[in-house]
Amino acid sequence: MAAIQSLLHRDRLWTFHGGIHVPDEKALSNSRPVEVMPLPTRLVIPLQQHIGATARPVVTVGERVLKGQLLAQAEGYVSACIHASSSGTLVAIEPHPVPHPSGLSALCAVIETDGEDAWTELPEPMTHYGQLDVAEIRERIRWAGVVGLGGASFPTSVKLNPGPDQRIRTLIINGAECEPYITCDDLLMRERAGDILAGARIMHHLLGDPRILIGIEDNKPEAFEAMRFALAETDMKGYTEIRSIPTLYPSGGEKQLIRILTGEEVPTHAIPARIGIVCQNVGSAAAVADAVLEGRPLISRVVTVTGRAIAEPRNLEVRIGTPVSDLIAHCGGYRERPRKLVCGGPMMGFEIAHPEIPVTKPANCVLALTEAETPDAGPALACIRCGRCAEVCPAKLLPQQLYWHARAKDLDRVQDYNLFDCIECGCCAQVCPSHIPLVQYYRYAKNEVWAREEEKRKAELARMRHEAKQVRLERQERERKARLRRKKESLEAGPEKGQTDQEAKKAAIEAAKQRAAAKKAAAAKAEETNDA
Amino acid sequence: MTNTLVSSPHGARPNRVDRVMQEVLLALVPGVLAMIWFFGWGVLINIALAVAVAVAAEAAVMSMRRRPIAPAIGDYSAVVTAVLFAISVPPTLPWWMTLLGTLFAIVLVKQLYGGIGYNPFNPAMAAYVFLLVSYPVAMTTWLAPDMLTAHALSFTESMRLIFTGGLPNGIAWDAISAATPLDAMRGKLDQGMLIEEIRLSPLWGDFGGRGWEWVANGFLLGGVYLLWRRIITWHIPVSMLAALAVAAGVFWLVDPTTHPFPAFHLFSGAAILGAFFIATDPVSACTTKTGQLIFGASIGLVVFAIRTWGGYPDAVAFAVLLMNIAAPTIDHYTQPRVFGHSGNRANP
Repeated sequence: MAAIQSLLHRDRLWTFHGGIHVPDEKALSNSRPVEVMPLPTRLVIPLQQHIGATARPVVTVGERVLKGQLLAQAEGYVSACIHASSSGTLVAIEPHPVPHPSGLSALCAVIETDGEDAWTELPEPMTHYGQLDVAEIRERIRWAGVVGLGGASFPTSVKLNPGPDQRIRTLIINGAECEPYITCDDLLMRERAGDILAGARIMHHLLGDPRILIGIEDNKPEAFEAMRFALAETDMKGYTEIRSIPTLYPSGGEKQLIRILTGEEVPTHAIPARIGIVCQNVGSAAAVADAVLEGRPLISRVVTVTGRAIAEPRNLEVRIGTPVSDLIAHCGGYRERPRKLVCGGPMMGFEIAHPEIPVTKPANCVLALTEAETPDAGPALACIRCGRCAEVCPAKLLPQQLYWHARAKDLDRVQDYNLFDCIECGCCAQVCPSHIPLVQYYRYAKNEVWAREEEKRKAELARMRHEAKQVRLERQERERKARLRRKKESLEAGPEKGQTDQEAKKAAIEAAKQRAAAKKAAAAKAEETNDA
Repeated sequence: MTNTLVSSPHGARPNRVDRVMQEVLLALVPGVLAMIWFFGWGVLINIALAVAVAVAAEAAVMSMRRRPIAPAIGDYSAVVTAVLFAISVPPTLPWWMTLLGTLFAIVLVKQLYGGIGYNPFNPAMAAYVFLLVSYPVAMTTWLAPDMLTAHALSFTESMRLIFTGGLPNGIAWDAISAATPLDAMRGKLDQGMLIEEIRLSPLWGDFGGRGWEWVANGFLLGGVYLLWRRIITWHIPVSMLAALAVAAGVFWLVDPTTHPFPAFHLFSGAAILGAFFIATDPVSACTTKTGQLIFGASIGLVVFAIRTWGGYPDAVAFAVLLMNIAAPTIDHYTQPRVFGHSGNRANP
């Protein structure tokens, strides 16, 4: 039955609601091969480049580290290991500005490189992974610090462990790359198609032999051809399909791509594994291949450096920890003064305050936008309820209602309108004729809701503490009263008893005095011995 | 480089409120030209007067509210309201009525509710109804279409008529005015005449009122332009016109002698203008797609009901206002199923 269905649905594509066509600007950076960025003198490697817990440093400041050496161990289940991306001296583990929308600092390992770029001893390649225990392979991927390189940076080993009850039917390799300007996945597919497929095959093995669907937007014909050519060379043809999907933002969103390729909707607040699907970015697939087949940890990635303010936009193979300013300098610096520097794409990326921040694992693009590319939208006008936002929303939300309730700080209503189904893709804000920064309102509302939940949790904790204290005080009061009562009773019982009490006290005092004297004598004696 | 961190998206925003409004104005051109052609200079004079008053009123209110004036004027929304109002009223309406109606639309219906985006009612239609109930005679005195009139008013004659109420020498009202086709149809049906007899009157053209049908075609052209430019979606106009045509068609099929052919309903009055330019006013219409279908269809049905059994001939304005009241409720019950949610979600 399933076979017939898959025959019937072969090559069939579905659509998702909404989405927009944005001028893609990919031609700026996709015409040259990936260039390897020279070694910087200083690498600043954040200890948290992934969703989950910060990795725990396992090296000491002042130590010489080697390329590929583990700097920080994944801490907890959802976490990822961090490695040195070149050899040199670890000069500090200290807070440093990192790529984050908040512009705040986080703990980083700072390496002064020695120029030798000497590798540490790497684990044995697992070329025979087919005969190995899946847990062992997963452990290797976890060790290698592989995370989702599409931008979300979820630890890959966790995603590849859906649990024994969950049968994975489909593995999706995401080569959609729908954000305008970004071409790193495009170039990766053109240049390392074989490695991407090798990684997909390892994941196929780990997930219990699901079919593999590879989705690539049709504005990347070279990448599509390269992948198809590479697939023809493998024995994966029986269970692997490469599909060209229409160019429409945000087709590369995990839930949207799943919908396009399989027709299925990931239930709200659930992960794709719930419906038997795992989705991985092409970059993550290549990184898995590096880790398993060569024992190489994730220490570099392809970054698109582009925007019309960049003199020579291109893709660079960059070591994790390289400052963004180095990348820009390597691309010939600025052609004109940028109005905005963005980490990520123009639709979902975030503005970075200054270019000294380092490249991290999920950083796929450095975008320097000119005045013309990112003109001041001017003050937001009133919402005219035109409904364009609802037409383009891929989550099928009602963005204007969300906006009204977010603006009114009506946190209950905003959740009634399913605020948390918003994927912050920016389509609504992009088409809004009143130029209302809609996504900003949703982020604000989400933060407010989280803050309120936290507040509630704290209040609950405080309440429990208060109640416990009350109980304790009452008990102490009760005990105190009981003591008083007993004392009173004993006093009333007769003076003889009181007499005995006093005698006992006297005896205790006498005993204490004797103890103190003995101690003093011992101390004096010890002093004498020392002097001697 | 700026230091102000602004949330994504970071690209240029292609849409702008003023461009949307400009497109609407552009789309009105063919219909307005047809109106001027058939009903004379009065149409243009009304538009000029209403636009001037609307812009001045908008500026005055914004200044009283201590809000920036330029963006409010620059978004062209007052101009759109003024033009829609001006083409809805008779071409010979006394100037002060046009002024009063425009002030009513901008000051009371729009600005007192908070300006653009906040008015629960369509300002042009509210003003139209306000004048209609206040001055029913003036508001229902229409010029005869150009080819049927004994005397076509020149520009100066039109000016004189509008600003002083004076008719050209030797010309009586009867010579230049005529009932609107819808009004005439109602009146003659009430007198017991049959459709076939009524259709022999020179007021009738090929599928609607003479002249009127071409005005409607002009607005239809503009409406298609708005659809093509994606300024509006098909939901409201199609559901409204379809509901009107279906309702008219059913009665026509049952008794063609006393019920006009559906095309007459579509092309004789403000149905086309209303469907594409008035009911689609985003501010006061429904926002969900299902809601828009219900909203449009309801307007179509109400238009048919008022035209067939109601006391006023001008059904579109009433129908739109009536459904404006219902719009928030319809929206509430027609929220789309959110991606990844099963079934219709529970309403808050």
